[in-house]
Amino acid sequence: MDLLSDFFLAKAAFIGIVFAITLGIAAYSTYFERKIAAFMQDRIGPDRAGPFGILQPLADAVKMFMKEDFIPANSNKWLFIAGPCLSMLTALMTSAVVPFGDTVTLGGVTFDLQGIDVNIGILWVFGIVSLGVYGILIGGWASNNKYSLLGAIRAASQNISYELAMGLAIIAILLFTGSLSTKAIVEGQQNGHWNIFYQPLGFIIFLICAFAECNRTPFDLPECETELIGGYHTEYSSMKLGFYLFAEYINMFISGAVMATLYFGGYDYPGIDFVTAQFGNNIAVFVGMGALIGKALLFVFVFMWVRWTLPRFRYDQLMGLGWAGLIPLSMYNVVVTAFGILIGKPFTAGIVGVVLLILGLLIHDQLFVKKKIA
Amino acid sequence: MVISNIWYFLSGLTLLSALMVVLAKNPIHSVLYLVFTFFCISGHYVLLNAQFLMAVNIIVYAGAIMVLFLFVIMMFDLKKNQPESKSSLTKLAGSVVAGTLLVLLIALLRKNNLPAPSEVNFKSQTGMVETLGKILYTEYLLPFELISILFFVAMVGAVMLGKREAGDRNF
Repeated sequence: MDLLSDFFLAKAAFIGIVFAITLGIAAYSTYFERKIAAFMQDRIGPDRAGPFGILQPLADAVKMFMKEDFIPANSNKWLFIAGPCLSMLTALMTSAVVPFGDTVTLGGVTFDLQGIDVNIGILWVFGIVSLGVYGILIGGWASNNKYSLLGAIRAASQNISYELAMGLAIIAILLFTGSLSTKAIVEGQQNGHWNIFYQPLGFIIFLICAFAECNRTPFDLPECETELIGGYHTEYSSMKLGFYLFAEYINMFISGAVMATLYFGGYDYPGIDFVTAQFGNNIAVFVGMGALIGKALLFVFVFMWVRWTLPRFRYDQLMGLGWAGLIPLSMYNVVVTAFGILIGKPFTAGIVGVVLLILGLLIHDQLFVKKKIA
Repeated sequence: MVISNIWYFLSGLTLLSALMVVLAKNPIHSVLYLVFTFFCISGHYVLLNAQFLMAVNIIVYAGAIMVLFLFVIMMFDLKKNQPESKSSLTKLAGSVVAGTLLVLLIALLRKNNLPAPSEVNFKSQTGMVETLGKILYTEYLLPFELISILFFVAMVGAVMLGKREAGDRNF
């Protein structure tokens, strides 16, 4: 590999830009989280630093860096430091396979707006997500604190449980595309054939699993402060705590981008042919990149909306939903999708599948569930 | 040239971390070194152009099985449950057996000069997921399906073992 070839430099610059965008969005997510919370609770929210408080993330970062960096006496020092670093690392690695755009030609170099286009793309995402729990697990154990350990153990069992349903939801997508490459998945959805129309059930399962994998409310049991003080990050302070919180926001953005890629056509947007004809290919591709980031930000908003709307689950409810609710549901989804592809009418099969499911649930409810008489 | 250098580096790293799994005093450190060893092995899969195996190795071993290992070890009170140090006779016997096995393996490898793979018949796409899937679902269909039955039985067994009997406490 020639380290100074134009192609290599272009890819390196692109990866740097994705990195910067991810970190910037994660920083501003903290601001918008507080603003949205304030809006929902009829407050004003942060408004002191700069106009409308938009410099608040900067002020928070300065505060985080200036605080005392404390390491508990009986903790395992190296693992205590490694925990937040691993969380950050795994959070940032996922975006390598997200296709941000189609091929562009800049300065005589033709390259596609994607970190690496490997033919196992979605498995890469899945693998990194399954590694994401190590940061929490190691940090929680190394703190040498019962509450941290309980939080870490909750995080581990939660992540493993919801990975199964997530994997089964992805399998239904793979049946459609016939490829594991994220690029191929997006290319199969161009011109409005988004997977959400064929896979409404799969999308709902994936969305719920994404909430659980990001440890977001209503599934934020690992940091449930009514039971566990602060959960796995009880002993953390200063920028190490900041890394844990930051990794959560990065995970939200990246999982939004992955959901947009899998179900909402990736960089596809209405009127892409018109833009290409009017302004040329490059502009159209960059608008597409903006469309993908916009879709991802929409999901970040949904994450926040749910956080300030729904209360937290109880732990046995969480496990019951994962194992007894979502996994059978996603298996049903796989069977319905496969049947739809077999008879050649995936769209009809998807709709009929959802209708049958709701009918079945209603009948089951009427026949077998005893009603409480008020 | 460059690839073979990467191979040497990766192999050294694999051996080193595998040794550290055995030598580390703290079980948690052992598990983390084992996870790192799996990563190095995944790196070898990438060098062999077998990306699917690399991803599956990370998902199954590093992502699921080792998390469960770590999960169980974290529940122990490590200060109370230190294994007693073995007597020097046991250590000596262990080293002799391990050394003999090593010598035997090396002798075996040197005796059977393994043929180098021919460059003419080499297919770079062998490890790709498409090829693998086609082979699994045509040539090895019966073993594949039998393994799925085995997994199903294991799954049912695990659920049966984990099930709470009527009247048992929650935990």
